[in-house]
Amino acid sequence: MGLTQVLIFAVAALLLRLVGRGVRRGWLLLAASAFAIYWLQPGMPIRYLDFWLPTATLGLAALSWAVMTPPEVCRKRENWLAGGVLAGVALAVAATRYVGMGNLFMATRPPQFGQAAIGIALVLLLVVLIARFLPRRDGLLTAVSMLVLTLFVVIKMPALAQLAAGGLRALGGQEASRALATDIRWLGFSYVAFRLIHTLRDRLNGRLPAVSLRDYMVYALFFPAFTAGPIDRLPRFQKNLEQPLTADGLTLDLGAGGQRLAVGLFKKFVMADSLSLIALNATNAAQVHQGRWAYLMLVAYSFLIYFDFSGYTDIAIGLGRMMGFRLPENFNRPYLKPNLAQFWNNWHMTLTQWFRAYFFNPLTRSLRRNRNLPAWAVIFITQLSTMVIIGMWHGITFNFLLWGVWHGLGMFVQNRWSAWFKGHSAWLDVQPWRKKLWELLGMVLTFHFVALGWLFFALPTPDLSWRMFRLLLGL
Amino acid sequence: MQNDKKEINFRWPVIGRILLKALVLFAIANLLLAAVSPLPALESISAYNHLFPGRKRFPFGEDPAAAYNFSLYSFEAMFASHRVAAGPKPTDEFRVLIVGDSSTWGTLLRPEESLTGQLDTADLHMPDGRRLAFYNLGYPTLSLFKDLMVLERAMAYQPDVIVWLVTLDSFPVEKQLVSPIVANNAAEAQALIDSYQLQFDGNQDALVIPGFWQRTLIGQRRALADLARLQLYGVMWAATGIDQVYPSDYPSAQRDLEADASFYNYQPPTLAPASLAMDVLTAGMQAVGDVPVLLVNEPILVSSGENSDVRYNFYYPRWAYDQYRQLLAEQAGDAGWQYLDAWDLVPEDEFTNSAIHRTPAGEALLKQAVIEELTSLMDIEE
Repeated sequence: MGLTQVLIFAVAALLLRLVGRGVRRGWLLLAASAFAIYWLQPGMPIRYLDFWLPTATLGLAALSWAVMTPPEVCRKRENWLAGGVLAGVALAVAATRYVGMGNLFMATRPPQFGQAAIGIALVLLLVVLIARFLPRRDGLLTAVSMLVLTLFVVIKMPALAQLAAGGLRALGGQEASRALATDIRWLGFSYVAFRLIHTLRDRLNGRLPAVSLRDYMVYALFFPAFTAGPIDRLPRFQKNLEQPLTADGLTLDLGAGGQRLAVGLFKKFVMADSLSLIALNATNAAQVHQGRWAYLMLVAYSFLIYFDFSGYTDIAIGLGRMMGFRLPENFNRPYLKPNLAQFWNNWHMTLTQWFRAYFFNPLTRSLRRNRNLPAWAVIFITQLSTMVIIGMWHGITFNFLLWGVWHGLGMFVQNRWSAWFKGHSAWLDVQPWRKKLWELLGMVLTFHFVALGWLFFALPTPDLSWRMFRLLLGL
Repeated sequence: MQNDKKEINFRWPVIGRILLKALVLFAIANLLLAAVSPLPALESISAYNHLFPGRKRFPFGEDPAAAYNFSLYSFEAMFASHRVAAGPKPTDEFRVLIVGDSSTWGTLLRPEESLTGQLDTADLHMPDGRRLAFYNLGYPTLSLFKDLMVLERAMAYQPDVIVWLVTLDSFPVEKQLVSPIVANNAAEAQALIDSYQLQFDGNQDALVIPGFWQRTLIGQRRALADLARLQLYGVMWAATGIDQVYPSDYPSAQRDLEADASFYNYQPPTLAPASLAMDVLTAGMQAVGDVPVLLVNEPILVSSGENSDVRYNFYYPRWAYDQYRQLLAEQAGDAGWQYLDAWDLVPEDEFTNSAIHRTPAGEALLKQAVIEELTSLMDIEE
């Protein structure tokens, strides 16, 4: 999201807050979020893909809702209306091609209206057929989860993404051999996937009641949090959605939301954008020739990624608050934490909570049932595999794998150290300054461990990361 | 991050007060900046030469993300970031400043490959033992007036000798004031025009005299942002030593030429002396006072391609260039200037992407000629 987009969103949030009361609120949010996903989607070299990917997001989210909602709920008039609103938005975007506003909601001109209408009708038909006729079985929920995961793997794995880009190019009559892995940039999909899997899993476990299509889509596509989170949970989000907005709360929400938005804008567009001039990247990592400057670039990158990401989170939380939503926090001074476990409890918190709920805890429970495994082995396996998967969520590449391993091993070592140190830390309590100094040392150590880990995250190849390691450590 | 903070009790009066205070503070900041004009003072403060090494040539570039360098309008900031401003001149240094256009700056050349870089590494000494230190003050704009502005400021850095490279394209009167670096330093330019009584007819309209709004915070936001960016790029300059993009491939200077004998609006057979800004050249010589100047008509590409009987290269028709050389030589002779006409010193193959941009080998040829010329000015030991 650029500055202009954020400011337009701020105006939209303000208007939605002022006019969107009562029953209108959900409908206006649905239409606004659906329009926003077309508007935010960047252009791509593959013809009309910037129309079809947001359409696919709508379709996939609607499909997830359909498989987790009992047929009698699906048939409610309100849900038909929500489907109509979504199809209407998609058709309205396609129709801008003919009124000289082809770039109003999209980066490039939308496809021909007939083509768009057929595509939208097919998606609608699929959802309707599933909603009306398919019996609700656990297998169906799992199948849709697997579909989401498969799509995720395809767009995150460069080789598969290139293959898919070739197929899509061929489908559109373009030269398939010119396909690149970067051709497909499906904006917001990573976060939508988390939301969909969360709802499908919780429904499967019986922890989630049926919701209307409108509420589900507003949750999945909520425009402030669409591109960069935070990853909310549906029950919490729905509470905000259903909560009546009062005149008393208006100034409080606008004030607090505006304040948070201003903080986010400053973090992103002043701090992060300035740091980006000197932060480590693939180009300058190959050019730097002195360890002290490499260190400065790495520190700049560490703060860049924090200000960039937490700035976007502040923007999302601020915009949400302006509309009466209290989105969950994502960052809580992570670089000031004295150990790696605390860092991860305060960095991209909604992501780690998601993985804890849907991967780490189930895996831990499952491994603990196996009594042959010692406790340390359970910790080792769960922490390493969780961090590796978090790494791969950013992209299925060797460097993200290494980043996951770096943090997984770090978490394990820190866990073992903490367990041992508990029995040997009495000397720290003798005087308060000792404890403070110890925490300060831990903070410095943790920051540097995390910063060194960014070498895998920020750079595309292990060679380049290793070059930087050598430079930094004077090897 | 804010979750553990106590939330302000936002009510309309509170929001109103916050907005009003913000508005008043913003207005005060704008008015103060317009009234005090602190920018020149700010621009002369630099992290270069303190936190980072000074740049070996002026900031200039169009691809900041790749070059860690960019063009800005402030001479103060440009000089402050240059290594020439590193501190008082060392007693064992004999300082030579080199002024000129993009070929002097070193387009497509690394700092050490440019004329200045090659002269600096030649390890020349004066008989009294002082080492000749060369400083690149070239800037990629073809305008003698821009050179005059550089020379005026450069005098603060105590040069012992100045080498001034020029070419015909720097001379047309109508080109003197139009480049952004000149136009956006209108007050200084106007002062020079008045001081040296230069004549530009109607061309002074190009100067952008900042009004009230241009002096406010809003009006100066680009200058302030440029200043901050320049300091930040100091990290990358220090880390990489890169200050321009070096493409592996680029379009070569044109060798096959149009059969067009015109030079700007001028047609053969005569290049009127009044069309060339000889008075600016003279002003430059006056500006440096007693400091010796070596004036160099810089090498140009002499093409052997199609229509090379009409033009020497893309820039210059033969008739105009020949007359320019003659005029310049006469002017130098009449005024007693030390003059080197190096126009055909560099072979055709030793030019890169333009008729005045040379390869490192081309620079080496010019370096040798400049050393010989400097030797005749003073006793230099190689």
